[in-house]
Amino acid sequence: MPYFDDVSVGDDLPDLKKQATTVQLVQYAGASNDYNQIHYDAEVAARAGHKSVIIHGALKNAWLAQLVTDWIGTTGTLAKISVAYRGIDYPNDTITCKGKVTGKRTEDGRNLVDCDIWLENGEGKTTTPGTAIVALPTR
Amino acid sequence: MPEESVITDEMRAAIGVESEPGVWPIERGAIEKFANAIGDSSILYTDELAARQTHAGGIIAPPTFLRLLSPGTQTATYKMPYREVLDGGSEYEYFAPIREGDTITSTVQLVEVFEKPGRLGLMLFRINENRYVNQFGELVATQRTTSINYPDQE
Repeated sequence: MPYFDDVSVGDDLPDLKKQATTVQLVQYAGASNDYNQIHYDAEVAARAGHKSVIIHGALKNAWLAQLVTDWIGTTGTLAKISVAYRGIDYPNDTITCKGKVTGKRTEDGRNLVDCDIWLENGEGKTTTPGTAIVALPTR
Repeated sequence: MPEESVITDEMRAAIGVESEPGVWPIERGAIEKFANAIGDSSILYTDELAARQTHAGGIIAPPTFLRLLSPGTQTATYKMPYREVLDGGSEYEYFAPIREGDTITSTVQLVEVFEKPGRLGLMLFRINENRYVNQFGELVATQRTTSINYPDQE
């Protein structure tokens, strides 16, 4: 688990790999109470012009949050996470969540680290960029 | 392609009007189900004894669990000019953890409306802010969402 003292601008967050099956999309629909059929009904997805059902934007947001909380562990806290849905992602594709430290500052006694975070599809294209701010402990 | 503004007085009047509250007891089962669905096995969401040893002090909800806690009805309504809508993104800000056993009151309000020309015509952006308050009256988190509406494509 990282301490504020040891983090430097340019550090990479450990990658987080995900691959959603259609069963997981149904599971997420139930757990998040989001029953938009575009996430589990192939006909509805096709009518909207997609090659298959699509991954919930909010699930990608959850994965990017996990990228950050996996990195900070149980000693840091997530203060802010912002994501933009720029591209569609599909089940069974290999998704990689990535992050990089872009800044460090102390504000109101809190030691804050700024990160760029993003989600890449199997072709290495960024579909979901974002930013996060975490508060870390000092040694 | 319509290039005239579709922002109405009705829409402007809705800015800053808070919805009815949604009131949500936070249950361990729902937290566990959500953590499983996103594939996050952190002890903070499922293991009470281990979570107690951390600064969280017990089981807490994953950051995007808030999505489950819908606000009540929006009282200030307005007609939408377009049917087509895209989810543009989300910005969560956290001030305190949400714990198992909390009762969270969730409200939403429209905070900003603007237009931008784009590939699909003049696109309408609506920023809504959700606010989450716990049983102690403490604001635990906010979420700003961006909805993008655009003209029907012929």
